[in-house]
Amino acid sequence: MNRETQKSKSESTVIARELSFRFGTNQVLNHVSFEISAGEIFGLLGPSGAGKTTLIKLLTGQLKPDEGCAMLLGRDTGKLQAAEHNRIGIMMDNFGLYDRLSVYDNLSFYADIYHVSRSRIADILKNIGLYEARNTAAAKLSKGMKNRLSLARALMNDAGILFLDEPTSGLDPVTTREIHSVLEAQRKRGATIFLTTHNMYEAEALCDHVALLSRGRILEYGTPEDVRRKYNHLNRLMLTLKNGRTVSLENSSASALQIKEYLEQEAIETIHSTEPTLETVFIELTGEKLEACADRTGI
Amino acid sequence: MNNIIAILKKQIKDTFKNKTVLIQFILFPVLTVIMNNTVRIDGMPMNFFVNMFAAMYVGMAPLTAVSAIIAEEKEQNTLRVLLMSNVKPYEYLLGVGSYIWLACMLGAAVMCAAGSYTLQGGLTFLGIMAAGILASLLLGAAIGTRSKTQMMAASVSVPVMMIFSFLPMLSMFNTGIAKVARFTYSQQVVLMLEQMDAQSLKPDSISIISANLLLFTVLFILSYKKCGLD
Repeated sequence: MNRETQKSKSESTVIARELSFRFGTNQVLNHVSFEISAGEIFGLLGPSGAGKTTLIKLLTGQLKPDEGCAMLLGRDTGKLQAAEHNRIGIMMDNFGLYDRLSVYDNLSFYADIYHVSRSRIADILKNIGLYEARNTAAAKLSKGMKNRLSLARALMNDAGILFLDEPTSGLDPVTTREIHSVLEAQRKRGATIFLTTHNMYEAEALCDHVALLSRGRILEYGTPEDVRRKYNHLNRLMLTLKNGRTVSLENSSASALQIKEYLEQEAIETIHSTEPTLETVFIELTGEKLEACADRTGI
Repeated sequence: MNNIIAILKKQIKDTFKNKTVLIQFILFPVLTVIMNNTVRIDGMPMNFFVNMFAAMYVGMAPLTAVSAIIAEEKEQNTLRVLLMSNVKPYEYLLGVGSYIWLACMLGAAVMCAAGSYTLQGGLTFLGIMAAGILASLLLGAAIGTRSKTQMMAASVSVPVMMIFSFLPMLSMFNTGIAKVARFTYSQQVVLMLEQMDAQSLKPDSISIISANLLLFTVLFILSYKKCGLD
């Protein structure tokens, strides 16, 4: 979907203003601010322990901030009413499934809670690839299947806003792609999606805007393209020629003639810009990788 | 109301797959039927086994079941997800509470059918059981609300359950224990069930059970205010 079109869409659905939160002496979030427009996918990138789950809890009213405020659908998250809750779908990192109940029964319970027809369950299970396992107890599902069931539950009420905490964490590439398709379908439906991830490829593929979170602070915010462009310090073009040679050219009109020459000779194998990945940007900003930071987990 | 019914239905489905809770619901009613129909001793009071097992049932099943269910939902994070889905804490507690109360009343009905009661006697029996089960429920809910895990809940609910379940039996053999036990709802349940033949329910018993109900309600409110359902 055209991201510029997305950006110009309506009002902000989720607003975080100067949010701060601490567990005991641990400052988990430190003056975090951003806005998410209706219908966009917003990705919060950060390593384990950066404060991503805490931020979701603050945005959904599960926790109260020590400072600042969070607004959801125009209302303070501490004062959400039934109407707002019915427009939210949440997928937390620790599933929250009824282990003894089957896949179908887990969803039928929430169909009753959300007052939606049980006929939706089969459709959702087919979309999410769990239809064949509908009679299996949740306890017997693999981690990936539990993830999908948890996502299916979040989709039960056709929520306007989805909060997804690491929806593809620990999943194989095929399942990850299937879940991405589901999320794209949700975006097309008009849902606003807030997802946390430490997978830069996921963020680049899905998100309209990303924020890089480290040690409770947002270090960078923007579209994935803008963030990568901003840190493209080299600003060069890398050409790999068919003879195996690599040529580095300045990304300017001065290189046009030379590129034209290579094109006429049909000598070019690949052309790449030197703009960094989000991972590289993150490393530049923090000196650490997006993947797990073992000493700061569990937040 | 819809949410309460949904929770009740979910609990019923879950019970058939949860042997620990299922056994608590059916053990004493089944024992009552078996013992009442197979053991005959000269001079044994009428409905001896019904009264004995009824008191144990009232003290054990609701208390351990409700505390285990609430603590498990907290531990598994299912309660947090549920509360985020527009289910109010009181709806959850009423859903779980009404399910356990109904399940225990079903067990009480089986015990009642095993005993030799007139229609009025049977209704009185069920009324006494209903009050006892409610008292146990409130106490169990207070324990479940304060516990973060099933293990924590069991470490409190099992000793408490044993005290209330076995005090009436121990009172038969020790007058000292009987003097203390008379202030417990489970002992009063036994006394009231024994008095039913005389068609007279003493006001003392009703007062003590009411006082127990009040005390457990206060305990539950304090637990809830301190810990909520998080």
